[in-house]
Amino acid sequence: MMVLRESIIMKIHYGTALGALFLTVIHIMMRLTQDFHESLEYENVIANYESVGYAILLGLLLILISVHGFNGLRVILLEMNQGPTYEKLVTIGCLAGMAALIAYGSRTIIMTNMGML
Amino acid sequence: MATIHPKLSDELSQTVVSSTKSVKIKIKRSNPNVNSEQKFDDFVVPIEKWTTVLDVLLDVKSHLDHSVGVRYSCRQASCGSCGMKINGKPGLACFTKISELDSDTVTVEPMDNYPVVRDLAVNMDRMINNHKKVMPYVIREDSEIDAESGIREFLQSPENVEKYIQFSSCIKCGLCNSACPTMSMDKTFVGPQALAQAYRYIADDRDKGKNKRLKVIDESHGIWRCHFAGSCSQVCPKGVDPAMGIQLLRGYLLGIRD
Ligand code: HEM
Ligand code: SF4
Ligand code: FES
Repeated sequence: MMVLRESIIMKIHYGTALGALFLTVIHIMMRLTQDFHESLEYENVIANYESVGYAILLGLLLILISVHGFNGLRVILLEMNQGPTYEKLVTIGCLAGMAALIAYGSRTIIMTNMGML
Repeated sequence: MATIHPKLSDELSQTVVSSTKSVKIKIKRSNPNVNSEQKFDDFVVPIEKWTTVLDVLLDVKSHLDHSVGVRYSCRQASCGSCGMKINGKPGLACFTKISELDSDTVTVEPMDNYPVVRDLAVNMDRMINNHKKVMPYVIREDSEIDAESGIREFLQSPENVEKYIQFSSCIKCGLCNSACPTMSMDKTFVGPQALAQAYRYIADDRDKGKNKRLKVIDESHGIWRCHFAGSCSQVCPKGVDPAMGIQLLRGYLLGIRD
């Protein structure tokens, strides 16, 4: 099942890896502005989601890591076994997992900003 | 001990009277066409400092057990027939001296990642098919045979030869594919041998088949399944560096070279 040429997929893979690396550095630096345990307190988590710039960063990081991680998983699974049906299932499964993870993570950010949490 | 035709033993024996050393060779035996049994047979053979693993195997065949299955031809590292696992590492039997192994016991097994035909001989169809798939020849519209002027040549500059010369030393022994970890997992992976040859022809400026070849290797079991373990380049007996060829090819696909 060839949706995109493999070279395009791998460019996305390397691009998302570098992007995620960059955003993870900013993300960790932001965590250093307070003590480690404070980062995990309910009010602070909600405050992070409500700050628009930081929420966009977290949303982007979620997308980059979901795309990269599920494509990475697809690569691993394609090397572990082969066959047309199996490969189709792997591709569909990984795309579905990617979409589901992005949707679930975005939902938390959106619900917070709509005052639902 | 089986006795064999005296003429054959005369011709093939490399046993020299002065020899004082010997080596124990453990040969992995199997015949999947008959049953799934696998075993090691041990033989002790006299050696000299120039004796190769292939010499030892031929000595065994001549004097001790002529039924040992082994493929060979040139005995000088140019036909690519005698690849096998020697003390766990892929190598050419005719190009590996017993003295360099630094061991009293030498174990020989068929190469990994290929189906065994019998004993040390493996079926190399997968490598040959992938080799053909990358079109290992110069592709262009016009021909070297010119109707008007008779035969002409496609000239090649020394600078361009430098770009691919090491890759043209490949003798298709298949050792690189047998050492490759992706080959062992992914039975549809194109493999380092074919990828190195794809680079060899793409880098040749007489060739116009770059896009065709890149299309063949840019698929889900193509070039991207190499993770640069580098074992192909470690075992190549001809100094080819398939791992580097693969990285150079990636440059074309990532748009950082043309
Ligand atoms: C969710 C789990 C992840 C999986 C399953 C995964 C999987 C992979 C795979 C299979 C490769 C290709 C390796 C190769 O071709 O040899 C890769 C490359 C890479 N990944 Fe990930 N990855 C994950 C998370 C991450 C994260 C969180 C980062 C950084 C923030 C990252 C950074 C990279 C980089 C920089 C590369 C390129 C280096 C390379 O190709 O070897 N990965 N990943
Ligand atoms: S690249 Fe080297 S190891 Fe691989 S088939 Fe050619 S000669 Fe053998
Ligand atoms: S017999 Fe030809 S390469 Fe060894």
